[in-house]
Formats: sequence, C-alpha cells, structure tokens
Amino acid sequence: MTTTIYRARRILTMNPARPEATHVAVRDGRILGAGTAEELAGWGAATLDERFADKVLMPGLVEGHSHASEGTFWRYVYLGRFDRMDPEGKVWPGADSIDAVIAGMKRAEATLGGLDTPLTGWGLDPIYYGERRVTRRDFDAVSSARAIGVMHASGHILNVNSRALELAGLLRPGINHPGVPLGADGLPTGELKGPDAMTLVGHHVGFDREVLANDEPGLRRFARLCVRKGVTTATDLANLLPQDAVAMMLRVTGESTFPVRIVSLRRFQAMSPQEVVERAVELRRQSSDRLRLGAVKAFADGSIQGFSARLRWPGYYNGAPNGLWYTPPEVLREVYRHALEHDVLVHTHTNGDEATEMALDCLEAALKAAPSRDHRFTLQHCQLADAAQFRRMARLGMCVNLFPNHHFYWGDQHYATTVGPERAERMNACATALASGVPLAIHSDAPVTPLGPLFTAWCAVNRRTASGRTLGTHERISVADALRTITLGAAYTLKLDGEVGSIECGKRADFAVLNDDPLAIGAENLKDVGIWGTVQGGRVFAAGDA
Amino acid sequence: MSRLPLPVTVIGGYLGAGKTTLVNHLLRQAAGRRLAVLVNDFGALPIDAALIEGRDGEVLSLAGGCVCCSYGSDLVGALLDLPSRVLGIDHVLLETSGVALPGAVAATLSLLAGYRLDAVVVLADAETTATRATDLYMADTIVRQFAAADLVLLNKIDLASAAALDAARRTIAEAAPRARIVEVARSAAPIDVVLGMARAPAAPSVALSTPGHVDAATLYDWLRVEVPPGEDLAGLAERLVDPTLGILRAKGLLADRTGRPHALHIVGARWHLDDAPADARPGDLVAIGLRGRLDAAAVRRSLVKAST
Repeated sequence: MTTTIYRARRILTMNPARPEATHVAVRDGRILGAGTAEELAGWGAATLDERFADKVLMPGLVEGHSHASEGTFWRYVYLGRFDRMDPEGKVWPGADSIDAVIAGMKRAEATLGGLDTPLTGWGLDPIYYGERRVTRRDFDAVSSARAIGVMHASGHILNVNSRALELAGLLRPGINHPGVPLGADGLPTGELKGPDAMTLVGHHVGFDREVLANDEPGLRRFARLCVRKGVTTATDLANLLPQDAVAMMLRVTGESTFPVRIVSLRRFQAMSPQEVVERAVELRRQSSDRLRLGAVKAFADGSIQGFSARLRWPGYYNGAPNGLWYTPPEVLREVYRHALEHDVLVHTHTNGDEATEMALDCLEAALKAAPSRDHRFTLQHCQLADAAQFRRMARLGMCVNLFPNHHFYWGDQHYATTVGPERAERMNACATALASGVPLAIHSDAPVTPLGPLFTAWCAVNRRTASGRTLGTHERISVADALRTITLGAAYTLKLDGEVGSIECGKRADFAVLNDDPLAIGAENLKDVGIWGTVQGGRVFAAGDA
Repeated sequence: MSRLPLPVTVIGGYLGAGKTTLVNHLLRQAAGRRLAVLVNDFGALPIDAALIEGRDGEVLSLAGGCVCCSYGSDLVGALLDLPSRVLGIDHVLLETSGVALPGAVAATLSLLAGYRLDAVVVLADAETTATRATDLYMADTIVRQFAAADLVLLNKIDLASAAALDAARRTIAEAAPRARIVEVARSAAPIDVVLGMARAPAAPSVALSTPGHVDAATLYDWLRVEVPPGEDLAGLAERLVDPTLGILRAKGLLADRTGRPHALHIVGARWHLDDAPADARPGDLVAIGLRGRLDAAAVRRSLVKAST
C-alpha cells in the first residue's frame, strides 16, 4: 500500500469545501485527500513526488460528447481551415484558401503508392473560402487517375474527384438527387451531401464502413489525444457496440497503460425500444473501470447547418424546408419509458428547438408512466433551445450538453443563413442553462470539432465566432463556471460525478496537469493553457510520451 | 446483355399505417416471385413467424426463396451488398421507417445503377390520417410522405368511422393529387397492383383474389389490349397514365418503331420502359383498375389515337 503525495503550484479541486490546495495524496489509484502537506501527513508514510511542483492540477477533464472515431480520422489527411494537433502531437497547419487545400493534397498524393490507393482527406470547410464550391475539377488537378475523397468538417458532405465518381457509377448524366448537385455539363460536380450519396462513393475513397466500426488503432490514437488535451474520461457517444467491438474495447482499455476512461453509449438504431434497453442492461454488466457501458444514445433530428434539424416556427432564416425526424415521438417515448424502468441513462441528440420540444414532451409523458427521481437524461447539442425550454428541462430533471465549439466554427453561418441573427445569439445558451438550474456540460463532438475541453471552455466564455464576432454576449459564462462544466458538469451527465470530476477524498486520482493556471491566464487566453499531460487512476501520462 | 435493373417498391407511411402487414401480405402472395424485403429494423418482428425459414445474422430466409434484411441507418450499404448476399431476386420491397420521406428514398435509388424505382406506395391509416396531418410535430412529415406516393393504400377502412374515413380521403386527395388511391382493409392489396404483374401480358395472377376478405376479384377489373408494332412508346405511356382512364397498374410487352421489344411498366402516373426479355413476343398490354373505374373504352381509344 504505497501513498504518493504530489506537490503542485496550485490545485483547483472543484470541491467548494476547499477549492484550492497545494498537495494531493494518492493511494491505489484514488484520492486520499487534497490540502496542505501537514494535513495529508496523517495518512501515514508517503512518497513526496515533486514532478508537478511547477504545474497546476485540475480534476481530469471530462469530454461528455466525443467519438473515438477522432482517432480513426487521423489516418487520413487533415485539410481543415484551422491548425489541429494530431494524436502524436504534430500540429497540422490550417489551409487558408482552396489553393492551400489543393497544395496539401498534392503533397500527400506524392507520398502514396499505386493508383489503387485512394487519397482520403477530412476536415474540409469551404465556407471559409467564400461562395465558390469545391468541385471534382479542383481535385482532378491533384490526380485524375487516383480516387480522391475529402470529408467536410461537418461530416455531412464529401467532395470527390472525377475518378471516384466514375468508380461509383455516378459520372453520368440523368442523376436526379438533392444530395448530388449537377454542373452545367449535367454531370455531378463532385459534391455529395447526406449519408446516402456519401456512402455510395465513400468506400471508393477510403471511408470504409468496417474500419470505422471497429478500429483498434483508432481507439489507441484517440486515447493519446485525450492525454494531450488533459482528458481522463471521454465519451464515445454513438457506437453500435457489436460484441466484437466490445471485446476489442474491453481488451484495449484494460491494458495497464491505457490512459482514459471511455464511456461508450449504444446508439439506438435497428432495434425496438425494448430491445435497445435490454441490450444496454446487458452491456452495463460488461463494464470495467475504463470502459463504461450501459447508456443509450438516441437521435431526434439532424443538423442545423445541414438543414436537417427540426425547427419550430418560423423555421430556417433562408426559407429552407424544415428538417427531418430521425425518431418519431411514439418511439422515443417508449425508449424513455423502458429506460426509466431499468435505470438506463439516455442521451438524446436534438439540434433544432422543435426536436428539443418533442424530446421534452416524450420525457414528460414517460416520467408519468415510470416515475424516476434521478434519471439525468441529457439533451445533446440542444443548440437552439430557448429559455422556456431550459426551464422545462430543469423541472423534468434533465441535463444538457451544449456545443460552444460549434458556435465558434459555424456561428457566422447561423447568423447569416440558417437561423438568423436573433436566434444565433441565443444558440448554445450556457448562461441560461446555469441560471435555470439545468446541469450543464459542454462538448466538442470530436471529430466534428477538435477534442479539447479547455478550448471548448474558451468558446463558452468568449462566444467568439471564426470571423471575430462576439455572438450572444449575455450567454457568456465565467471561467470558473466553464472549468466546473468541463469536469464535474460533464461527469454529472454520465452519472460519474461521485467518482470523478473533482479532487477530493475518495474519488479517482484523475488529474489534468497544466503548465498554466486557467484562473490566472485570462478569459481571452483560456484556449492557450499549456497541457503537460494527465494522471489517470493514479497513473502518470505525459503528453510528450504519448 | 447486362442484367436489367432490379425493380424496387418503396413502402412508406407513418407508424401503425400497416406497412409490415402489407409486406407479409405480399410475401404470402409471392407465388414464385423471389422478393427481397429490406426493413429499417428487425425490432418489432416484421415478418410472420410462419414465413421464416432461418436467420443468418442480418438476413432472414423466408418461404419461397424470399429474404428479409435490415438496413438500420445504412440503406445504401444494404442495397450495394444485396446482390452479392442473395442471388436470384426478382423484386425488392423497401419498407421505410415511419418518419422517413419515401421521396428521398426513391431519389437515392436513382444513384444506384443496379436498381430502378418501380413505385412509391404509401399506406395511410384511415382512423388516424386526418389527425396526424395536423399533428404538432408530424404534420409536414405526413404530408410530404403522401406527396411522394404513386399509390396510396388507404388502410383499415373496416375500422374507421365514416367521418374519419372521409377526412382521410380529403387529406390524401389534397396532399397527393397525382397518386392513385386504393381503399383496403388489413393492408390486403393484391400483389399485382402493388408490385405489378410478374408475367404479363398473361392474365393477372390469382392474387387478385384475396383469401379471407371480400373477394378482390369483385373490387378490381382488368383488360388486355393488343398494341400493334411501330408505336411511339413514350407517347403511348403518357396517354395511358391519364387519370381518367382509371389504370392503377399496367404492363405491356411492346415493339417500338424499329420493332425492338420493350417492357412498359405503369403504376398510377409513373411509367418506365425497360428492355424486354430476349424471348419476349411483343404486342399485348394488360391493365388493372378498380372495378367501375377502369374505362376500357378510353384505354382502347388512347391506343387508336396512337396509330393516327
């Protein structure tokens, strides 16, 4: 029974009884206590570890909405607008023009072997490059002989070259599909929108469905990225969790050097409400310390920038028709009722405010049928909810996990096109959620936006958009609230707040080890806090070693 | 000669409208046709147990060489995989989820070279259609589902009150002005109407008679007409889809101006010309309509007009 006491420059505990400390004692992977050296001396013989003497410790950060596929995507070429760090710590420069994107693709193409190997990229976001759409001609300039496909940052659009269209049988006239725009020549432009058109071409350009479903190297790389971002608990929010994937995840997360607790939710799909809850109960029994299973993720609607989210009157600012329902209310209500009866946690994707309203109605009805005091059902994204809806969430005992990163990357588009200025200012209403008493988490939805809770906190604190506009001043939250949200707040939505999320006696020894003090660096600079690595379950992981 | 694209019937409609009942009804009438049924999920046991012969992962093998596969969120993947997983399929039934837009599913089929859309069939529950069409959340989805239909099966007419049935008729007529509407109970529509005739221009199969219900033979009528060679087939098809003729379904093996044989498929306002099978002897067209609505004289006139 060894006890290690870490001395740090400052320890931010999130424990209101003693919000700050200088020392934290760890035994058997758990926290004995935080305080002064004298206070901890009573726990008996201990080794004093000074390696964090100039560091700031926080509770290990909790990412409440990410996908392990962030690790998978790094096998492809990153072509986004902004600099982004890969799991090995290399920062890939953002491309500030289509020409820069093409140049990046040419560099990557030159390293590929035979022409059977496709060139696969991700992170493209042409809205930053003006009105012009990217076409197959742009990519043909990289190669006309090799299939090329680049996924947009949103994950909702795929751009390909002529060769890829040809392989998929789409380089022909007469196509009539809203997801396949045509050029003046009557042939597809190379832009493919929505899952159907994307799937058809995706496997010709390297987006292999099987690889994405059960990717062991991807899971390992995701974990390395977590260490770099100070994350010790991360969700994998919408996995189908077939048994072979569960076996792989149990084995990999069980390795003594695996640095993250993964919370993987079973996506509700291709099952009845009763079956998905039965499966969740079965998965819950297979949970380990570092692989938590047994919760369900449901989808109510699509995305706002893809115009597939369900909006209440008056709908989209640009007049686009209302979006799509992914689950009808009768079914969602049944999922909720069965889940409440079996203490299964359900997180529900709602983007538009009509989808949020529908989920609230469904939970209200389900709670009458199956009363439950501590369900913590969580609305994920919930970007457009208004104040009345937050008040309803509070009364129904719901949590919310908002998406401030989205505000940074696409807030300008929401302002100009999707929902218009007024509603864009209320999107991702963190301050309203807190004021209404709704337990709050905030997220990256990695790989849609980069994993990094401190960046997400910066977004919630500043509400800056990519163009520099401050969108919704009144919904900014304080740094202290934001830090609590990316630790205890997210842990609460996963029913893990008794185990992680604060540095206090009895909890897991999960720390984010920081070079800078997030309370001292200034709200403007929160995203620039240097991260040394993590301690997870008492095990030390340096980002530099990852 | 390359294989003809597989015909696909998209079966849409809101929860409880009778989609699954229709699928089972069609499977029981298959009579040698090998149907592949694609369902969104196996959740609510979509297929009658009596029809299931075995299960291999996501594929159920059914009586008469038919199969049923679930596609979850990956419809395109399931359609791409189908030809290699199951051989010898004649027709695909694609049952959409209750909130899916069948028109969008139909558009997706146009991207897949191995398939052709045969028809969009949307079921409506006569008891609830009018209420649903004003539902806070689902109204626009219901209306968009009907708007994409070639054929609406107004179902459960035996259960609905006269007022509800009347309101359902008005809702559908407004939402789907180009669709043909057939009123049924327990989704019991003849396979020759829903999927087309397998072996026209022979007489429609016995499936026009529906066991256990009012004899379908008294509800439907059919006729066969000779079509001389040399016809402008597209022009003929355009005339045959005129709603006043009362044709729900028609199939013809017809020779074009060069004498080349084609198969003409008509469902409601939609028509499609295929290459005819190599051994086809063109010259006949068989049409099915509702009894009392199929206007044989008008159908014949539309042919005569062709040759002038």
